[in-house]
Amino acid sequence: MLPFALTAVSVVFAILAIQAKRLMTSAIWLAGVSALLSIVFYLLGAHLVAVVELSVGAGLVTVLFAFAISVAGDDAIDMQPVINRPLGIGIAVLFVLVLFFYAAQAGYTPAASPELESSLGEVLWQERGLDMLVQIVLIFSGVLGLLGLLAEAKAPLEGSVAEEISARRERDLNKMESQLSEPQEVSK
Amino acid sequence: MTLSPLLIIMIGVIGLLGAGFYGLLVSRNLIKIVVALQVLVKAALVGLIAAGNYNGQINLAQSLALTVIIADTIVAVMGIALGVQIRRHMGTLDVRELSKLKG
Repeated sequence: MLPFALTAVSVVFAILAIQAKRLMTSAIWLAGVSALLSIVFYLLGAHLVAVVELSVGAGLVTVLFAFAISVAGDDAIDMQPVINRPLGIGIAVLFVLVLFFYAAQAGYTPAASPELESSLGEVLWQERGLDMLVQIVLIFSGVLGLLGLLAEAKAPLEGSVAEEISARRERDLNKMESQLSEPQEVSK
Repeated sequence: MTLSPLLIIMIGVIGLLGAGFYGLLVSRNLIKIVVALQVLVKAALVGLIAAGNYNGQINLAQSLALTVIIADTIVAVMGIALGVQIRRHMGTLDVRELSKLKG
């Protein structure tokens, strides 16, 4: 019974996160959703995912949101929504009803004789080994993308790159010529 | 219609999906849009784990959910970084203002 109650409370938290006027409040409600769902995962037997969700979903992502809000500013959002709120609620309710119709239609019959499942390690590293590779690539691309996005912009070049290089070469040549001519003057 | 345990969890999943969808529809703030996306992905995660628990294949569900969590985190990080850069360069997080900019 507890997982169902926690899922229901997490839906309320999610609605509060969407409705919150301030971004920081919204981020904290979202962390609450993550924390509640991690308990649900634990109760459903997914212990690894529960830990990861609690540390990444409720921890890392919330810290990132706090960082972004501190940089971008937490303006009280008083913008008119993209579409009217009643229309938005109507479309969302319609969406929920259609999904509920299909969910209720589907017959939930558990597998008659569930196959003996491999251990988590085997599933994670052998059966879904490609997924792990994709995750590694995703993490690298994410880090590189983040570095690219958050890097401070360099001062723009005055001319094209070729002009810049030729100007620098000329400066170097002039410098070398002056260095060569200086000892001759001294000898004279 | 009998309310099986999986169906009850699925109702919660549908509620989360509805909340996230509503957030995507009405939000104009870029960071708020990322929050709505996060809610949507969490709904998918609960669905995956509930289905795995029901079918007796929780380890497979955990493996898939782990991939989803990582992809979701990368999406959130990139979305937040984009939002911060847009705020720095254009001074606003409003999606409607961004679409009005020409250049």
